[in-house]
Amino acid sequence: MQYNTTENAGYKVLELSGEVDLHYSPQARKQILDLLNDGHDLLVDLSAVEYIDSSGVASLVEGYQLSKTENLKFGLVGVSDAAMQVLQLARLDKVFPIHQSIADVNE
Amino acid sequence: MRQQVRDALGSHNFNKVTIDRLILAVNEAAMNVIQHGYQFDRSGQIWIEITHKDNDLVFKLTDLASTVDQECIKSRDLGDLRPGGLGVHFIKEIMDDVTFLEDCNRSGNVLIMRKKLDSSCLK
Repeated sequence: MQYNTTENAGYKVLELSGEVDLHYSPQARKQILDLLNDGHDLLVDLSAVEYIDSSGVASLVEGYQLSKTENLKFGLVGVSDAAMQVLQLARLDKVFPIHQSIADVNE
Repeated sequence: MRQQVRDALGSHNFNKVTIDRLILAVNEAAMNVIQHGYQFDRSGQIWIEITHKDNDLVFKLTDLASTVDQECIKSRDLGDLRPGGLGVHFIKEIMDDVTFLEDCNRSGNVLIMRKKLDSSCLK
């Protein structure tokens, strides 16, 4: 897994790519929680995620929950087919705010 | 491990969604062994045997970890939004039958996961 953080439309955008699995999800979790704990609204870009397992999904759930308690905005952007399959299995595709692109976020 | 399972399944006529879901289920089962059985001990071993007979695909995972209390790895209610407990849900959602065997003659665990194949699984 690789990650990169940018800023767009008032959000921090965390781009994850590759495989978000048991080995790498602690890094994803740390990035997500650190950005939220710093008070940023956060979008997690999953467009380049080739594989995500329950540990990766758990990192997203944790971020979503933290955003609620901290009254911050949180969403997923450009979810790849591979990631969407897993979110649907977890019934989380109806829970997370999901945007096709960053341009769609503020519409 | 995921690539090896993908290679094994790739020689059959399964579609991509089916292969991806089966790999996820096997990965989640192995993760449970790594986390709860071996407690992240990197020297722990897991054997995966895949058998395809007629319309049944059977995955057998064997490990030498301490016997795992199945109460520790229960699926959770999806309405209960919290980070953990999704792995077992994925396995049960993807597979048609999941059986956990205890071998009284030696330490370790054996997990049998069975997937019934129908036309929706094929290309």
